[in-house]
Amino acid sequence: MKDVLRIAVMIVSLLCFLGFCYWAYSRRSKAGFDEAAQLPLADDDLPASPADRKE
Amino acid sequence: MQSQATYNYKVVRQFAIMTVVWGIVGMLVGVIVAAQLIWPELNLHEILQYGRLRPLHTNAVIFAFGGCALFATSLYSVQRTCHTKLFAPGLATFVFWGWQLVILCAALSLPLGFTTGKEYAELEWPIDIMIAVLWVSYAIVFFGTIATRKVSHIYVSNWFFAAFIIAIALLHITNSAEIPVSFTTLKSYSVYPGVQDAMVQWWYGHNAVGFFLTAGFLGMMYYFVPKQADRPIYSYRLSVVHFWALIFTYMWAGPHHLHYTALPDWAQSLGMLFSLILLAPSWGGMINGIMTLSGAWHKLRTDPILKFLVTSLSFYGMSTFEGPMMSVKSVNALSHYTDWTVGHVHSGALGWVAMVSIGALYYLLPRLYGKTEMYSTKLINTHFWVATIGIVLYVASMWIAGVMEGLMWRSTNPDGTLVYGFFVESVKVKFPFLMIRLVGGTLFLVGMLIMFYNMLKTIVGEKAYDAPIVAPAAAHA
Repeated sequence: MKDVLRIAVMIVSLLCFLGFCYWAYSRRSKAGFDEAAQLPLADDDLPASPADRKE
Repeated sequence: MQSQATYNYKVVRQFAIMTVVWGIVGMLVGVIVAAQLIWPELNLHEILQYGRLRPLHTNAVIFAFGGCALFATSLYSVQRTCHTKLFAPGLATFVFWGWQLVILCAALSLPLGFTTGKEYAELEWPIDIMIAVLWVSYAIVFFGTIATRKVSHIYVSNWFFAAFIIAIALLHITNSAEIPVSFTTLKSYSVYPGVQDAMVQWWYGHNAVGFFLTAGFLGMMYYFVPKQADRPIYSYRLSVVHFWALIFTYMWAGPHHLHYTALPDWAQSLGMLFSLILLAPSWGGMINGIMTLSGAWHKLRTDPILKFLVTSLSFYGMSTFEGPMMSVKSVNALSHYTDWTVGHVHSGALGWVAMVSIGALYYLLPRLYGKTEMYSTKLINTHFWVATIGIVLYVASMWIAGVMEGLMWRSTNPDGTLVYGFFVESVKVKFPFLMIRLVGGTLFLVGMLIMFYNMLKTIVGEKAYDAPIVAPAAAHA
């Protein structure tokens, strides 16, 4: 019984991983990923020069 | 719009500054123990003995230097990519002061001889409990910030930081399961018997490498490399596969630390197999980071921060090739217990972990004080070259010393007796290489001192700055 459970966990894990790979490379995820990839770049974190800053 | 809400940079500032401070302390202790291996006379007092200072060095560089770097960068990037201020900032302040207290307790208790004897988990039970409480608080701050985000996506760096936080909680609590037997001597015994204890310890030990020193710093890489290069990550899809592949494989690689021991042979082979598989996600991540620069390679010529980040990825690639190779049982038969292991660890620790942290800090420090750049870009460049030469000297000398002593230990005469019957013979021939290692390590420490000076010049007398919260650019949140 214990062995069956071990094998089941392994197979489920493998299927999960393959599922994640399929999801990552599916056409449907592309637009969302492109948007997510821009997240750090769309956010300008460079402080304005002190003269322009309102204290 | 007069009093605009701002990001919480305070805790980021505190952790960023302490990263540099603890980096210098931890690496100084490293230089001292490297010198003690050459000149045993330097074991001046029981408190300053190699056996007590060595765990102090590893704990200081991993958990004080590396830990502060991870806290600073994760708490910065999670706010910026979620467009919201820190959740429970009071708890974040508690994490900062608590973590400094843990470091002080470690710096006192380890030289005084209080230790569980478990590598990278030497701290005794009261400190273990403090770490567990702090870690849960950190998780609340981090996941709370993600839960209150103003954008729909959770950027990939946050996935890596999240995995690092969850895995370290699991590892720390499981491996620190111990029964305290004394309040006065702080002594405790592990709840696991015999070889199970060894297996739990190295499941912890290797995953401390995999999730503390890898997943956490990959989170750093996925935020700061695109920011500094001003280009999106090469392939977001690859980063998703990289993440899940790393999560599914790292947990099983620990047994390679126990080759040819009492651990069952099948478990050793399993550990070796998963270590070999690990090459794929590791290199996927490395390629993803480096290729982010494609089309912007010229920036490497002028931008020393980018040099730090890209060199760190190169060292990540090298040490994640070397690691699987060393996990092969026949290679391990030669490399285990030699200085080759020490060289491998430092190629990862100095080359990857420290370099990526230093790059991220040079990016962060001016921004935390309302400036656009560090006091001196030239000094960053100097730091880069001093550090790189230091690592190369360190790693190359340890390779030679390690392979040499490994070969000496195993060489036999035709009649089956050992050619080098006295251990000290292999110690004696290592002298020049231990000297080169000391020089390499010292150079790396000098680099940190240059950074400290540059940091002081950048921030002393400057007003702390908290940037206003920016609404997400894409309006469909």
